[in-house]
Amino acid sequence: MFALTPLESEALSLSLKVAFWSVLFSLPVGIFIAWLLVRCRFYGQTLLNGVVHLPLVLPPVVVGYVLLVALGRQGPVGQFLYEAFGVTVAFTWKGAAIAAAVMAFPLMVRAIRLSMEAVDQGLEAAARTLGASPWRVFFTITLPLISPGILAGVILAFARSLGEFGATITFVSNIPGETRTLPLAIFSLVETPGGEAGALRLVVLSVILALLALVFSEILAKRIQRRLGD
Amino acid sequence: MLKVNLNHRLGDFRLEAEFEAEANSITGLFGKSGAGKSSLIDMVSGLVTPDHGHISIGDDVLFDSKRGIDLPPEKRRIGYIFQDSRLFPHMNVRANLTYGMPRGASDEKSQNGEMSFDQVVDLLGISSLLDRRPKNLSGGEKQRIAIGRALLSNPRLLLMDEPLASIDVQRRNEILPFVEQLRDEIGMTVIYVSHAIEEVIRLADKMVLLSDGQIAATGSVEDIMSRLDLHPLTGRFDAGAVLSTTFSRYDTEFDIGELAFGGGTFRVTGVNLPAGTPLRAHVRARDVSLMLTRPEGTSILNVFEGRITEIGDYGGPQIDILMDIGAPLMARVTRKSYTDLQLAKGKSVFALIKAVAIDRRSLGGQPTSAPR
Repeated sequence: MFALTPLESEALSLSLKVAFWSVLFSLPVGIFIAWLLVRCRFYGQTLLNGVVHLPLVLPPVVVGYVLLVALGRQGPVGQFLYEAFGVTVAFTWKGAAIAAAVMAFPLMVRAIRLSMEAVDQGLEAAARTLGASPWRVFFTITLPLISPGILAGVILAFARSLGEFGATITFVSNIPGETRTLPLAIFSLVETPGGEAGALRLVVLSVILALLALVFSEILAKRIQRRLGD
Repeated sequence: MLKVNLNHRLGDFRLEAEFEAEANSITGLFGKSGAGKSSLIDMVSGLVTPDHGHISIGDDVLFDSKRGIDLPPEKRRIGYIFQDSRLFPHMNVRANLTYGMPRGASDEKSQNGEMSFDQVVDLLGISSLLDRRPKNLSGGEKQRIAIGRALLSNPRLLLMDEPLASIDVQRRNEILPFVEQLRDEIGMTVIYVSHAIEEVIRLADKMVLLSDGQIAATGSVEDIMSRLDLHPLTGRFDAGAVLSTTFSRYDTEFDIGELAFGGGTFRVTGVNLPAGTPLRAHVRARDVSLMLTRPEGTSILNVFEGRITEIGDYGGPQIDILMDIGAPLMARVTRKSYTDLQLAKGKSVFALIKAVAIDRRSLGGQPTSAPR
């Protein structure tokens, strides 16, 4: 009844792949940045906070353009990546993942940061007096206690990555099978005469995907809360 | 055993402290809120780094600003019992208890004087709580687990920061006997921080009096409590001498315990302990009356003759009289009585103390029988 066409399943799996890698790579960085913002006091902290939140307020096209300038084959970072590792990100699905990660990053950091601010630092101090090194304290006390925030951050970032459009199309264009994720596929179909029916199918697919993610996160959140003893 | 000499500035507050604590004893760190008690033991534990100074346990230097030594808390082997327990909410009681256990520590056997898991659980009576979550425990239970958790990390020293503060008054007796047991049964060295003088009198062998970031006095509880000049710090209302006594006999007919001390026999109600048990009695100055002649036909059981050694006149309607009845004792009288009786240094007087004025809370220093 709702069998996917090859083009649809291509867009779907590409979207999932892009969102998965985007979240996987931004999560450790997100935890680290949240930790820097909550636990450290340093010169330029306000600036870092601003930079992290920039994608939230900038037009996505601007973010995509900046990425293109920096990470394109001729860009300073892109050139280095190509010459040192032979990696090209512009106009590839890896670039799409980067664009999604940058756009979703502020959401992830905010969620983790909120839960990190709620952690009682007295518990960490107590763990230190019991002989635990700072690393052990982080992995056995801090990380479990912020796991609800991490979950929220991951879900938000995953959803945001699935839906990323503006930065992606600017940075890596709209290449079928390489960078044409669900939103881009919908956009293409809407632009094509007679493509409305196909677009509608993808819209329904998007809605189902979003719902599944929400339900899944809800169940997971409840289990985590139980484990945390609340 | 523990030697501390610190200097630290926190905004306008200046902490300067030098004291020592002996092994296998309880040192009471007493002072009002804001005197710097918690900051001081935070520095001993390594959670806060002082500006200058030196901290050592035996030959082991934990902190020395001149030599650039500053061991992190996890390397100091100092147990810390916090006011608010600080049990880990995401772990059950068992996981909390074992968190600080050295790797390879076994369940049953104790090695090099370390306490085993089973011993600690038995001592603190928490075996029925092992699978529970901290959230559902009472304040007293939480604090017992916090003590167990610290003990199992094999500490050389235990810091206790007002461990009774978050426990109902009626339930404090759940904890106090354990603190005494730590010293008497496993030879632990304890620094006990409190702003409740009764706790310090009951538990401490030695007392460090902290005021406004400075050490005002150190010494035995008996000495410090009988110093008139320290009353503003030890608390005017509860001021009174502390008598070191030993339990001599129990009068079953009238439920009266007799305590022997330098000035004779002190009678209190409702305490029965093995003969020879050392016991400390806090006699509040406001519970002591004075007479010039030996009273006759009185209901008061405790009458001691003594000589006035010091007069504490602070200009108010009350005057504190310190006397020697074979041990220091303090009485608080009105200025009117003071004038009428013509009290003066060297004058001989009789001190009267009602036996019922000394309740269970005023007695301490050793393992106790169940309170009545």
